[in-house]
Amino acid sequence: MQQSLSAKRRTSLSEFVAERLIRASGFVAIGFVVLIFAFLLREGIPAFTQVPLDNLLSTRWYPIEDHFGMMPLLLGSLIVTIGAALVSIPIGLLTAVFIAEIAPRWLREILKPLVEILAGIPSVVLGFFGIVVMSAAVRQTLGLPTGLTAFTGSLILGYMALPTIVSVAEDALDAVPRSYRDAALALGATKWQTIWMVTVKAARSGILTAMMLGVGRAIGETMAVMMVTGNAARMPLTLNSLFLPVRTMTATIAAEMGEVAQGSTHFHVLFAIGIALFVITFLINLVASLAIFRQTRRAARLLS
Amino acid sequence: MRSSTLGLILCLTLLVGCAGRAIAQDDAAGAAAIENIGSDTLVNVALAWAEAYQGIHPDVRISVTGGGSGTGIASLINGTADIANASRAMKAEERAEAESNGIQPVEIPVARDAIAVIVHPDNPVESLTLQQISDIYSGKLTNWKEVGGEDRPIVLLSRETNSGTHVYFLEEVVRLGDSENKTLFSPDTLLLPSSEGITAEVRQNLNAIGYDGLGYVTPDVKTVAVAAEPGAPYVKPSIESVNTGQYPIARPLFVYTNGEPDGMIKDYIDWILGMDGQAIVAGLGFVPLK
Repeated sequence: MQQSLSAKRRTSLSEFVAERLIRASGFVAIGFVVLIFAFLLREGIPAFTQVPLDNLLSTRWYPIEDHFGMMPLLLGSLIVTIGAALVSIPIGLLTAVFIAEIAPRWLREILKPLVEILAGIPSVVLGFFGIVVMSAAVRQTLGLPTGLTAFTGSLILGYMALPTIVSVAEDALDAVPRSYRDAALALGATKWQTIWMVTVKAARSGILTAMMLGVGRAIGETMAVMMVTGNAARMPLTLNSLFLPVRTMTATIAAEMGEVAQGSTHFHVLFAIGIALFVITFLINLVASLAIFRQTRRAARLLS
Repeated sequence: MRSSTLGLILCLTLLVGCAGRAIAQDDAAGAAAIENIGSDTLVNVALAWAEAYQGIHPDVRISVTGGGSGTGIASLINGTADIANASRAMKAEERAEAESNGIQPVEIPVARDAIAVIVHPDNPVESLTLQQISDIYSGKLTNWKEVGGEDRPIVLLSRETNSGTHVYFLEEVVRLGDSENKTLFSPDTLLLPSSEGITAEVRQNLNAIGYDGLGYVTPDVKTVAVAAEPGAPYVKPSIESVNTGQYPIARPLFVYTNGEPDGMIKDYIDWILGMDGQAIVAGLGFVPLK
């Protein structure tokens, strides 16, 4: 009796410690995010007081002569990310559907780990591949003046986002209960109808998360983009801009942060770009969570 | 599972990091260390210097890092470099900033360099005037046929703005040495992070034009002969044409120290300026000081 009581106390003690540890690590993670954002704000806000707003919103980025127009960088990141999403989302989702729903078990056991290995290739290696092989191929096949373009960047980024999208979307499809598929098939739906109208629909929120994580990976990627997009700070306003060089926000920060003297205007403007990047990724995540939240509410209503 | 592995790796990294720091401190007590940061143009020469010098003086340790002239000067200002390499002179603002940080930068020329304008070997254009190069880089001329070549668009390649070569090229070529001139590089200019990036693109792209230090020009690209003004003779960059002053785009390369160099830094710089150091300069395709 006494023994079991002390055992009980011991478990409750270890439970107590474990609970506190878990809570502490949760708070630490939140704390880091808050601290990083505070640091970004502290270093980035002076840019808005030191540089007039019309300079920051102008179309010319040439910081060593005090031209701090962020528009070409913003649009540059946007065009490369949209390109990457167009490349990776369709391929990634179809691959996930194939692995989860169509491939026989043995093929699935091979494919899933292989796709996850793709995520382990360092981006600088992909960038090197892009500069040596892909830029020449893009230039020759499309007859462009140079192969160092937003399109080349999109292809490489799309490729880098693929493992994330495939892996997360496949997990979501895999989590759809077997009974959904059985019910659909029993109602006379074909395999295609089952996949498209039941399984994929049921896994919608997971698939959306996969897409957002993929896009998040694309917008934040630096090294490969810096190596293959040419980094020309031009305004990508026309449709053919996808096939011309661009300069992204991440590549600008990476290329210029080492050069600037701490505390200079240029230094603060680079942090302001960092704030812009942070806000954009935050908005993407927010939109994704809102969409997921609305879906779960709707699902809950339907079930009740 | 995954997160615990990650935690383990983090802990290990931290441990190794601490151990590494301890070793570095021991070293600082035993052997003297010189931190040398800066110009990518000079980095190969600086590495060769450091290697040869450490061969003669095993008690001195020199670590060489590239990153660009701006990076080197910023490191000197922030106190993380003992010697900064620069392919341009320090700007007035940088000097002011250094002084407010208590650093007294001293400029020492260590070599000379010609900047070669390079194109694809199959590009028929053999020679350009400085004015033509300026018009090409500022975006006034956009087709090779306007300077006697084929009907092809011109793709402009440049180093990033933290490169001393970039700043020198802007001031002496794009602006033709006129300090009143406020011409900028065309916004279509591709800014590549490395010399290798420029050579790689010029090697495979017939439309491209680039510039780079003479020491970095590989045999598989073509250097263009340059004339200072329309009537003047076209000159190809070489050690002779830089020494005789005929090639118009040549510049001194510097190292900066905090205060007049003394002790082991002075020994090292004296050695660089001596016969052995300058032989290494010539061996790597740069122009030694006379």
